[in-house]
Amino acid sequence: MQKNNVNRSVWLTILAIIMVVAPFTISGYKVDFLTMLMVNVILAVSFRLITTTGGWSLAHVPMMGAGAYATALISGKLGIPFWFSMPLAGLAAGLTGLAISYPLVRTKDFSFFVASFAAGEAIRLCWIRFKVPFGGHRGLGVPIPELIPGVPALDFAEAIPYYFLTLVVTIICLSLMYRLDNSRIGDSMKAVQSQEALAKSVGINADGYKMLAFFIGSFFAGIAGVLLAHRLWAIEPHQFGFTTTLYLLVWVVFGGSHTFAGPIIGVVVLTILGEVLQPLADWVPMVYGIIIILTLIFLPDGLESLPSRLGSSAGKIWKIRISFGD
Amino acid sequence: MFGVWVIKEALVAILELKGLGKNFGKNVAVNEIEMSVEEGEIRGLIGPNGSGKTTLFNLISGFLKPTRGMIIWQGQEITGLPPHVVTRLGLVRTFQLTALFSEMTVMQNVVISCHLHTGTTLWQQFRHSAETRRKERETEEKALNLLESMGIADRKDEIAAELPHGHQAALGIANALATGPKMILLDEPVGGMNPTETSETMDRIKMLRDRGITVLLVEHDMRAVMTTCDKITCINFGNKIAEGAPQMVCNHREVVEAYLGEEMACSL
Repeated sequence: MQKNNVNRSVWLTILAIIMVVAPFTISGYKVDFLTMLMVNVILAVSFRLITTTGGWSLAHVPMMGAGAYATALISGKLGIPFWFSMPLAGLAAGLTGLAISYPLVRTKDFSFFVASFAAGEAIRLCWIRFKVPFGGHRGLGVPIPELIPGVPALDFAEAIPYYFLTLVVTIICLSLMYRLDNSRIGDSMKAVQSQEALAKSVGINADGYKMLAFFIGSFFAGIAGVLLAHRLWAIEPHQFGFTTTLYLLVWVVFGGSHTFAGPIIGVVVLTILGEVLQPLADWVPMVYGIIIILTLIFLPDGLESLPSRLGSSAGKIWKIRISFGD
Repeated sequence: MFGVWVIKEALVAILELKGLGKNFGKNVAVNEIEMSVEEGEIRGLIGPNGSGKTTLFNLISGFLKPTRGMIIWQGQEITGLPPHVVTRLGLVRTFQLTALFSEMTVMQNVVISCHLHTGTTLWQQFRHSAETRRKERETEEKALNLLESMGIADRKDEIAAELPHGHQAALGIANALATGPKMILLDEPVGGMNPTETSETMDRIKMLRDRGITVLLVEHDMRAVMTTCDKITCINFGNKIAEGAPQMVCNHREVVEAYLGEEMACSL
């Protein structure tokens, strides 16, 4: 236990140093690539939070969109500074998630998939149909954040300052979700997934916990949406469409959803792979398709289960790398 | 003899069913059941397969809503309340085939079941304050005590699914006990067990009564039922056909015809 903790802090420190030094050694394009990677990490981890109660919601990317649209309206139209609009937009996404969870927790299995997909698409259609205030197909513009409103200081239009902004927010989001995952609340959520009837009979309000998971998961997805919107300076409905949802599913299936680290590994490995395969961009969806099929056949619990499958000697090397998630 | 009679009169009904019934479409699964369980007794519920025993359990514990009738718990009507609320009122159930949080350890199972008494808010969990940590330690101590009383404390770090059958049953009861119940509904507690496991489990059930917990159990192992229960209720096709002391019920003409068979009745 003690040794594991030491290992973990060593690896986290190395990771932290890399994350701080890296942006100064690579091109602006690559810095933005890392920024988007962190946004996707928040998205995938917040998605896993919902799956710990058993529901693989297909409305999670629209929740990210809800955060992005909320910040576009709050900071763009109302002119409220970024620092206030970020939590407010997260809250708006959380409340949207809470609202759709009310009918969703009353469905099971296949009907849950269909219902969550329908709920997500309904929200996306609202952005397209209601040109006021959502701007229809053309979407909305999003202002560049200011460190102190009205004072020219750090320029968040530049890649590197925005990278550090994202890094700080990502660390805060991940540590909050990590704590939740390891708290009694996280345990109760997993109990609901493990044996819903037993969970109810030992006094756990199963529907209540599912809705709580939707609220918190959507809140953090909303924060990811805020970070995305303020970097792209504009958002449109098609960014939050079903293709993005499929990518999200592939990341989490590939990485595994049993441990906290699983989805992070999935996003990082697949995003870097996608970047390496950039010259073959047209083929990337096919490669993803093959990966998901191979994963489901040979590694049904995801990449995170690889160490225990590789046997003892090889397993140790891997275990150190992913001990973060234990 | 007289003394025993007086004591029995003084006992109060902890659970009363009044005209309780459930229809699935046109099928009547449970029909106008009248039943009263006294505080501190072990009550057996027997009947052939499909006679409505499990449905009755699901009605009492809130997993199904009754079509008609009332459930009175300690003088308060609880008809139609959701399961987790019924549990909070002190009435908890177990499941057939020992349902457990099977991929978690024995300890984690009981700690989660202690959930009701952990009582920390979302904000406290996020902060992970000293108060939260203290409560978590208390919960773990309480869980360990429960495991000791069930005789499985030495297996606390094993995965629940990997325990032998008898120990899984013990863990199932520990999970139910962790909610701090006044009454436990046990659904086939010795189903599929060998004679040794059966007698161990029945001893644990008697121990529950000694702790002042009322027990209502569904079971097909008639020897276990006859030797453990204070009183037996027999139902068939959703109707109560007999109720009383074990000897009386097992010689009851209708019970013998519907369920036990001539041979079984004589041997008991």
